[in-house]
Amino acid sequence: MSSTTAKIPKPRPKHLDLMKIRLPLPGWVSIMHRVSGAAMFVALPVILWLLDLSLGTEVGFDALREIFALWWVKLGLAALLWGYLHHFCAGIRYLMLDMHKGVDLASARMSAGAVYIVSIPLTALIAWRLFL
Amino acid sequence: MKQRIIVGAHYGFRDWLGQRATAVLMAFYSVLLLVVLLARKPGDYLSWYGVFSPAWMKVATLTFIACLLYHAWVGIRDIWMDYVKPTGVRLVLQVGTLVWLLASGMWALKIFLQ
Repeated sequence: MSSTTAKIPKPRPKHLDLMKIRLPLPGWVSIMHRVSGAAMFVALPVILWLLDLSLGTEVGFDALREIFALWWVKLGLAALLWGYLHHFCAGIRYLMLDMHKGVDLASARMSAGAVYIVSIPLTALIAWRLFL
Repeated sequence: MKQRIIVGAHYGFRDWLGQRATAVLMAFYSVLLLVVLLARKPGDYLSWYGVFSPAWMKVATLTFIACLLYHAWVGIRDIWMDYVKPTGVRLVLQVGTLVWLLASGMWALKIFLQ
């Protein structure tokens, strides 16, 4: 901060255009961790409503069965499930990083890839078991 | 830099650690719920109701929800702090977040204690 050379700005490429930024894999995990967290926060009353209706009465449970048969409801729930599982897997990765495990570039990239390799097939598997 | 000790207070460290501690607890609950669902395979109302009827399951679920509320509060507050700069707007959003989470918590109490 105190050095005099810091006053001369280095020419750096500026790509603040979101369409031009190429985010590396750990960057995707990071923003998706935040987006999935925010989405689950917004969806919280919907999830509680589903729990309330399904656990309250048998009539409510059967009514939900019919709602769950709609394809776009299935799609929405599968998206929410992916959000949860991405947040879960990325969260475990962050706990590891907090403990200074896998901080070097190669390991960090590999663990970022692992988040997708685990969360996407797991979402597909659970969604398949639940909805088909 | 001022000396900061781990058993001290008000360094912003408590929320950071609390968010991680609740994350670990919620991860354990997630695995527990998955195991219970795979073991019971609830297909109708009675078996689905049966998943959440034991007292230990109600306690575990409500503890999970308490963790969720604290975890989400820190996370959503961080989002507002990153993207919303005017103090007044941020305050309204933060209070709204608290109300949203507390109301959800009350609803969860109603669902699992009735």
